[in-house]
Amino acid sequence: MADTKPDTVIEARGLTKVYGSHRAVDAIDLGIRRGEIFGLLGPNGAGKTTTILMMLGLTETSGGSVDVLGFDPVRQPLEVKRRVGYLPDAVGFYDHLTARENLRYTARLLSLPRREAETRIAEAMESVNLAEVLDKRVSTFSRGMRQRLGIAEIVMKRAEVAILDEPTSGLDPHSTFELLEMIRGLKRAGVAVLLSSHLLDRVQSVCDRVALFNEGRIALMGTVVELANQVLGAGHPILVEAAGIDIAATLRGIEGVQSVMPEGEGEGAWRVVADRDVRAAVAHRIVTSGGALTRLADLQPSLEEVYTRYFEGARRAA
Amino acid sequence: MKELADHLSSVRMLILTLFVIAFGAFPVASSLQTLRTVVDPNSFLFLRIFTLEPEQVGISFVAALNFIIPLMAIGLGFDSVNSEFNRRTLSRVLSQPIYRDALLMGKFLAGLATFAVVLVALWLIVLGAGLLLLGVPPRGVEVARGVGFLVVAIAYGGVWLAISMLFSVLFRSTATSALCALGLWLFFFLLWPQLASAIVSAVAPGEIRSVEDYAALQDLAMGLMRLSPGTLFSEAVLGLLSPETRTLGPMLPAQMRGAILGAPLPFDQSLLLIWPQITGLIAGMIVVFAAAYVVFQREEVRA
Repeated sequence: MADTKPDTVIEARGLTKVYGSHRAVDAIDLGIRRGEIFGLLGPNGAGKTTTILMMLGLTETSGGSVDVLGFDPVRQPLEVKRRVGYLPDAVGFYDHLTARENLRYTARLLSLPRREAETRIAEAMESVNLAEVLDKRVSTFSRGMRQRLGIAEIVMKRAEVAILDEPTSGLDPHSTFELLEMIRGLKRAGVAVLLSSHLLDRVQSVCDRVALFNEGRIALMGTVVELANQVLGAGHPILVEAAGIDIAATLRGIEGVQSVMPEGEGEGAWRVVADRDVRAAVAHRIVTSGGALTRLADLQPSLEEVYTRYFEGARRAA
Repeated sequence: MKELADHLSSVRMLILTLFVIAFGAFPVASSLQTLRTVVDPNSFLFLRIFTLEPEQVGISFVAALNFIIPLMAIGLGFDSVNSEFNRRTLSRVLSQPIYRDALLMGKFLAGLATFAVVLVALWLIVLGAGLLLLGVPPRGVEVARGVGFLVVAIAYGGVWLAISMLFSVLFRSTATSALCALGLWLFFFLLWPQLASAIVSAVAPGEIRSVEDYAALQDLAMGLMRLSPGTLFSEAVLGLLSPETRTLGPMLPAQMRGAILGAPLPFDQSLLLIWPQITGLIAGMIVVFAAAYVVFQREEVRA
C-alpha cells in the first residue's frame, strides 16, 4: 500500500501503449480510490482493455507508469496479482472440471491452505448464488453463470481491487442486473472495482466515477453528473407535462429557470432546465395559474446522452 | 500437478499409448521369435531384443521408437499453451500470483512425466516379455545399459516436447502449431539425410587427395546429420545397446590397433563414447525450452 496516498489504489501517470505506429493508449492519467466503482467507458478499440492489461502487468507498457496498491505491475507482478482480481472479457474456465475444481485450482495457484480454500470456495459460491451448482461441470454453465463464477474467484481471492473487463457484455437483462448487484456487493466489502464497458446505461447505475475513453485518451473523467454538466451544460433538468396553460410563458418567470424547451413529440411536454431543483415552485406556479399538472419528473442526466453528445461534438470538431 | 492429471486422463493419451504399444510390440515380438533360436550365452541377449531387426517387420524396436517418440512428444505438447489461450483461461490463470515460467515449466514437466511413464511401462513390458519368452535373466550390465537407454529416450522425447511447446507458444491456432511441429519432424526424418549429403557433395572438392580430406568431409557429413535430434538419439542408443560399438564416426586404423574385433566395450566406455550425444540432446532440449520461455514471457495475454 502506498504510504503517501492511502486511499488511492490504482494510479496511472502518462500511461502509454504503442503498437507499431498506432498509439492504443496515449498518455493517460487516472487514479482510482479505495472502495469506489470506477467505470472505463468508450467505444470498442478505444484502449480500455489495453489499459487494464497494463495495470495487471499482462502486457508491457510503452511509457509512463502504473502503481497498483503501491506496486509496479511490471517489476513486482506477483505482489500485484496477489491483491488484484481480474475477470477478463469472456472468461474461460476448464470445461471438463467442476466449478469447485476450477476454484480449487486457482486456490492452489494462490497457495492457500487446503481447508482455508474449501471454506472460502463455499462462501464465495454462496455469495454469487452458485452454491447449488458447485459440483457441476463448467461446460454446462451459461455465460452469466461463468461470469458469476469469475466474480466468485475474485471473492475467494479476497482481492483488494477487482478489475472487470466488459463484465456485462453478452448477458441478458436479468443476468446483467444480478451481476451489477454482485459488483455492488464487492464495493460493500470494501473492494475497489474498475470495470470497463460500452453499455452505458447499465454502468451508469453502479459507477461512482467514470472515465470516457476516446482513441486512447481519456476524454472526460468524473461522476456522471459532473460529466453531464461538462457536456450537456450545467443545470438541473426536469420534465413537465401540463394542460390548459402556456407553460413556456408561465414557467420562465420562476427564479432559477434557465430554459424551457419542448421535449419530444408529445403535446404539452416541456423540458425545463434550472440551476437548482425547482419542482416545487413549478408545481405551485402551474396550479395557481389554473393549469392541470399531469407530470413532473426529475430528469437524471443519462450517460448515454453525455456519450452521444460528446462524440458528436468530437466528430464535428475533427 | 493438474497438468499431469489432465494428460493421464485424456483420451489423446490413451490413443498415443495404444499407438506406441502397437508400434513397439511387432518388432519386439518377432525379434523374440528370432532370438529364441539363437543360443549364445556371451552376447548381450536382452539388448538384442531392442536392436534386432526382424525380417518380417524390417524395423527394430529402437528404430520404431526413434520414429514414434517425436510423434508422441508432439502429441503431448503441440497445444499446451495455445489451447489455454483458446479456452480463454490463460489470462485468468496468469492474473493469479504465479510467474509465467512456472506455468510453462509445469506444462513441460507434466508432459515429460507423462511421457516417461509411458516409456517406462513399455520398457518394463518388453523386458518382462523377454524374461518370459527367453527364460534367461538379464545380467546387471544389461539392465544398466537398458536404463541408460531409457534416459536417452526420455531426453530425446524432451527435445521434441520442447519443440512442440515452442510452436504452441508461437502460434495461436492449435492446428498450425501441430502442423509445424509435424512438418519439422518429417523434415528431419525424410529430407534432412538427403539434404545433408547434398550439402556435403556440394562442398566437396573435386578430388579427394588425402585421408585428411576424406576425414574432414566425413566429419562435415556427420556434423550436419547430428543437427537432427533423431541422429543423436540413434547414435546414443547404438552405443548403449550394442556394446561392440567402438566409434560412431569412420574408424581409423589407429583406433583398430590392439582392439579385438567384435569384443564388447565396458559400460563406462560406451557411456563415454556417447556422452556428446547425450549432452547434445539435453542441451537441445534446454535451448528450445528457453526459446519458448523467452517468447512466452514477452507475449501479450489478451483474451
